[in-house]
Amino acid sequence: MDWNKDIIFKALGDSTRRIILDELSERNELTLYELTARLVMKYNLAISRQAIAKHLNTLEDAGLIISKRKGKYRVLMFNKEPLRNLLKGWLD
Amino acid sequence: MLKIIITSIFVQDQDKALEFYTKTLGFVKKHDVPSGAYRWITLISPDEEGSIELLLEPNEHPAAKDYQEKLFADGIPVTMFGVADIDKEYERLVEKDVKFTMKPTKMGAVTIAVFLTIHVATLFKSYSSNFMFNPNKFLR
Repeated sequence: MDWNKDIIFKALGDSTRRIILDELSERNELTLYELTARLVMKYNLAISRQAIAKHLNTLEDAGLIISKRKGKYRVLMFNKEPLRNLLKGWLD
Repeated sequence: MLKIIITSIFVQDQDKALEFYTKTLGFVKKHDVPSGAYRWITLISPDEEGSIELLLEPNEHPAAKDYQEKLFADGIPVTMFGVADIDKEYERLVEKDVKFTMKPTKMGAVTIAVFLTIHVATLFKSYSSNFMFNPNKFLR
């Protein structure tokens, strides 16, 4: 799949969004509640649900997270595929 | 001065909910009296006669079902319980087939976990997720 690098770098260019990816890469699957609890209680971020939803949209557009229905509830997952070839030309 | 005497949780099926809240979670029935088409059922923690009661309230109104389903979808708990040893309680509930959307997790000064109470009726399902936390760690 061809990922849009501008969108990926833009998504990565924000510390809150990188924290979200840190948490998701560590835990595989999180509910929106658990992610919110982690941001607020673990990182002491004063962030609203709406702001988190906006960050999640940006990350989802970049292909970095996937949301999946699990029965009647929804989980968020980290998708590392867009990152695989991101720096390839420079590092080889 | 008003006192907080009851908190309530919406349930789809009062009988199934009563069974789950007593047999699985370990609460004790305090009141169970007919009330219109339903019953007035409240629970307390064992050995806490004068404590706040938990009312198992029918989710008869469409808005109640909507509220349950939407919070459930995002894993947002509808109520909160405290326990002295959260890891031990987690193990006990997992053995009783209770599903967790969040395992006991240290969040700053508190440790929290989120579990589901699912009451399956023939046509409808009702959902709620509950929050369990360790009050000792909270107070420390």
